[in-house]
Amino acid sequence: MFKYILKRIGLLLLTLFVIMFMCFVLIRMLPREMPQRTDQLEATLQRWEALGYNEPILTQWGIYLKNIFTKWDFGTSWNIDYLAPAWNVIADRLLPTVLVNLYSLILSIPIGLGLGILAAVKKNKWPDHIISTGIMLFVSVPSYVYAFLVQYLFYFKLGWFPLKVYSVADAGGSYFTAKMFYSMIPPILALSFGTVAGLARFTRAELTETLTSEYMLLARAKGLTRGQATVRHAMKNAMVPILPMIIGEFIGILGGSMIIEQIFSIPGVGQLYIQSINTLDYDVFMMDGLFYTFIGLLAGIVVDISYGFIDPRIRMGER
Amino acid sequence: MDKKQFEQYESIPVEKFQLAQSEVNHDVKFDTKPVGYFRDAFNRFCKNKASVVAAVIILCIVLYAILTPLFTFRFGESFLDPYYAKLGPRNLALSKIGIANAEVTQDVDEKTYMYYLGLGVGAEDSDGNGATWQDGANSKYNVVLRIKEEYKFINKTQRVIGIESYLAKGFIYMQIPAERYDEIIAWEEKNGLKVIYPAIDTANGYCADSENANYWYKMDSKITPISTKTGEDVAITIANKLELEDNYLRDDDGNVRYFVNVGGSSTTSPEKKVRVLYYNYYIMQNGFEPEYIFGTDSQGYDMSLRLAGGIRLSLLVAIAVSFINLLIGTIYGAIEGYFGGMTDLMLERVSDILSGVPFIVVATLFQMHLASKVGPIPSLLFAFVLTGWIGTASRVRTQFYRFKNQEYVLAARTLGAKNFRIMFKHIFPNALGTIITSSVLVIPSVVFSESMLSYLGIVKLGGANGTSLGTLLSDASAIWTNYPHLMIAPALIISLLMISFNLFGNGLRDAFNPSLRGSEG
Repeated sequence: MFKYILKRIGLLLLTLFVIMFMCFVLIRMLPREMPQRTDQLEATLQRWEALGYNEPILTQWGIYLKNIFTKWDFGTSWNIDYLAPAWNVIADRLLPTVLVNLYSLILSIPIGLGLGILAAVKKNKWPDHIISTGIMLFVSVPSYVYAFLVQYLFYFKLGWFPLKVYSVADAGGSYFTAKMFYSMIPPILALSFGTVAGLARFTRAELTETLTSEYMLLARAKGLTRGQATVRHAMKNAMVPILPMIIGEFIGILGGSMIIEQIFSIPGVGQLYIQSINTLDYDVFMMDGLFYTFIGLLAGIVVDISYGFIDPRIRMGER
Repeated sequence: MDKKQFEQYESIPVEKFQLAQSEVNHDVKFDTKPVGYFRDAFNRFCKNKASVVAAVIILCIVLYAILTPLFTFRFGESFLDPYYAKLGPRNLALSKIGIANAEVTQDVDEKTYMYYLGLGVGAEDSDGNGATWQDGANSKYNVVLRIKEEYKFINKTQRVIGIESYLAKGFIYMQIPAERYDEIIAWEEKNGLKVIYPAIDTANGYCADSENANYWYKMDSKITPISTKTGEDVAITIANKLELEDNYLRDDDGNVRYFVNVGGSSTTSPEKKVRVLYYNYYIMQNGFEPEYIFGTDSQGYDMSLRLAGGIRLSLLVAIAVSFINLLIGTIYGAIEGYFGGMTDLMLERVSDILSGVPFIVVATLFQMHLASKVGPIPSLLFAFVLTGWIGTASRVRTQFYRFKNQEYVLAARTLGAKNFRIMFKHIFPNALGTIITSSVLVIPSVVFSESMLSYLGIVKLGGANGTSLGTLLSDASAIWTNYPHLMIAPALIISLLMISFNLFGNGLRDAFNPSLRGSEG
C-alpha cells in the first residue's frame, strides 16, 4: 500500500513537471506587452531582467525552477496586483472559492444521497420515476442556466437575494459574516443542482446493484427485515464507490466553478483565471493553470487511494 | 474368415440396397428473419421511448438549424438593423391571436403614458393639420396596446401598460443628402406611406429636449405636454382631455417644413436633417414590415437566424470533434491494447500526461497562440482534439485486452492473418458498440464546453457568420435582465440539446449492451 502511494505520488510529480514545462514554454513564447504606465516601466524591466526574460527559453525554465525551489517564487503579477508574487495573488482568491463550494457540497451531499437511496429503494415505483426524470434533467442542463434561473427567480421576481456576491467591505470585512453568507446563497444554489443530481444518479445506480445481489437474499433469508438488510449490508457495500466520489468532490472544490464565479462575481480562483487571460497577466495565468492541473491530479490519486482505505478487501497496486 | 466369404459381398447388386431411413431430415428453415447485432441494437433502442423522443427532438433541432436560413426569404444571416435591436418576437399574422406581438410591459407615470399615446397621434399628424387622441388610438402606429392596471402612487396615477416595442421606437432624426430626400419623397408618393414628418421648432421654448425626435408636441421645461389654445399654457392631463398641439417648424405662410438644412444656407449644404418615422423608414429600406418570429438579438440580427447559425456551428464543432476523437482514439487504443507490454506502457504515460492538463488551460493556450493565425474555430477544434481522444482510446484498449487472446483470434493468426487484419477485422468490431455510444455522448459535452468557453470570453466568436450558442448567451449576459428573450432562447436550446443527447446516448448504450438483452421484458 505504502509503496503504491509513493509510486502514485512520484508519477503525479512527473506528470506535473511535464505539464508545467509545456505550459511554461507555450506561455513564454507569447508576445509580452510593455506596461502601459510609464512609472512602472523601470521596475517591470528590472524584474524581467531578474526573471531572465531576455535569456533563451530553456534558461528561463531553469531560472523559474530555481526560484520555485529556493524562494517558492512562482512569478510575478504584472497587471492584476502589480509586482505581487503570483503565489500570493492566487492564495488570496482561494478562500471565497472554497467557501462557496464547501457550502454547496454541505447542502448537496445529504440531499443527493437521500434522493438516490429513496429512488433505489423504491425502484420502478413513482418516487423512482420522478427522481430519475429529475436527475436526467438536472444532470444535463448546464450550470450557468441554473445561475440565470436562480438570479431571475430570487432577485428579479422575489427580490430575496442580491444579484451578486457582496464584496468583503460590504459584508463587514470578512468572508465569514452572516451577510456574506446571505449573498452567497444564490451561487450555492446554482452550484448545488448539478451536484445533487450527479450524486443521486450515482447512488441510485450503486445501491440498485447491491440491492439485487445474492447476499441481500441471504440476509433476508436469515431473518433480517428489508430495512435492516438495506442499511447493514446494501448501504455499506454501495458506499465503497460513493465515498471516494464524495472525497473527489471535496478536492474539486478548490478548483471551483469558473462560470458560476464569473456570473455571481465571486472573487475566486476561477474569476482570477479569466482576469489573467483578459489582462494578459501571464505569470498569474501560469500559476492558475498549474493550480488547476495539480488539483485535478491530486483528486485522481486521493480517490484511487481512498478505495483501499474504505474497503480493506481492495488491495491497491495489484495487477 | 477366408477370401470366399468376402467375395460374395464384393458384387452386391444395386437393387439389394435399401435406404436405412426413408425420409431425409433437413434443418428446419427459420420463419423469422435473422437478426444481426446492429438490427438487434436498433430494435432494443426503439423500445426505449425516452431515447426515441430524444432522437426526434434532436432531429427537430437539426432540421430547424438547416431549414431556417432556407425558408427565410426576406433577408440573409447578415441582415442587421441596429435600431431594432433587442426587441421581442413580432409577427403580424400571429399578433392577431395575441402572441408574438412585441408587447413589453412598462409601469409608467402619466407623462410617459401620454408620451407613448402621443407617438400614435404624432404618426397620424403628418401635415400639421392636427390629430386627436382618438385618431392616435385608431392609428396603425398606435403604441399602447392595452392598460393592464391603474393605481395611485403618492396622489399620482401610475399605469402598467403594454406597449408595442417596435412602434415605440417612434421617430428618429436623420441627416441625409438632398438626393436621398427626393428619393424618399418619391417613394412616399408611390406607396402612400409617410416617412418624413415635419421638423420640430426647437427655438420657440416649447421644446425641452431637441435630441429626442418623439417630442413633437408642445411641452414645458419639465416635458409635460401643454396646450396653448386658451392663450396661456395649460398642462394637458388625461383627465382634462385637452388635445396635444404640434410644435412643428412652420414657414411664414404657416405651412409645416419637412427638413432643416444642416450647416450653411440651403444652396451650399446638400445635407438635410429630417425627422423620420422609423417604422415606415424600415419598410422603405427593406420592402417589408419588421417581423422577427423570435425577436432580434443584442446587435439587431434576426434571432431565429442567429439561433440556427449557433446550433449549426455548435453541432458541427461537436460532430467534428467526435469524429476526429473516434479516429485517433481508435488507432491509439488499438495499438496500445493489441501490442501491450512496453508499447502499452509508453503510450499510457503519454496519454496520462495529456489527460492531466485541464481542458480549459489547453483551450486558452490554443486560443492565445493560434486564434490570430487560423481563426478561433480551428484552434478550438485543436484544443478539443488534443485531449479528447484519450477516453475513446482507453475504451478501445480495454476491449482489445479482452478479446486479443480469444481462440478465434488465434485461429485467424494461424491462418496467416496480418496484425492489421486481426486488429481491425477481428477484434475491432467487438468495440464498436461502446465506441459509437461514447462518440454520441461526446457531443453534448463538447456543446457545453464550447458554450462555456465562448460565454467566458476565452473563445471570441463574432460577426454575422461565426456565432455559437455560447456567444449568444454571452452577448445577452450583461443585458438579459431587461431583455429576457435574448437569454431564454439560447439557454433553452442548449438545455434541450444536452438533455436529448444524453438521453439518446444512454439509449444507445443500453441498446448496444447485449448483456441487457431480454432484461427489459
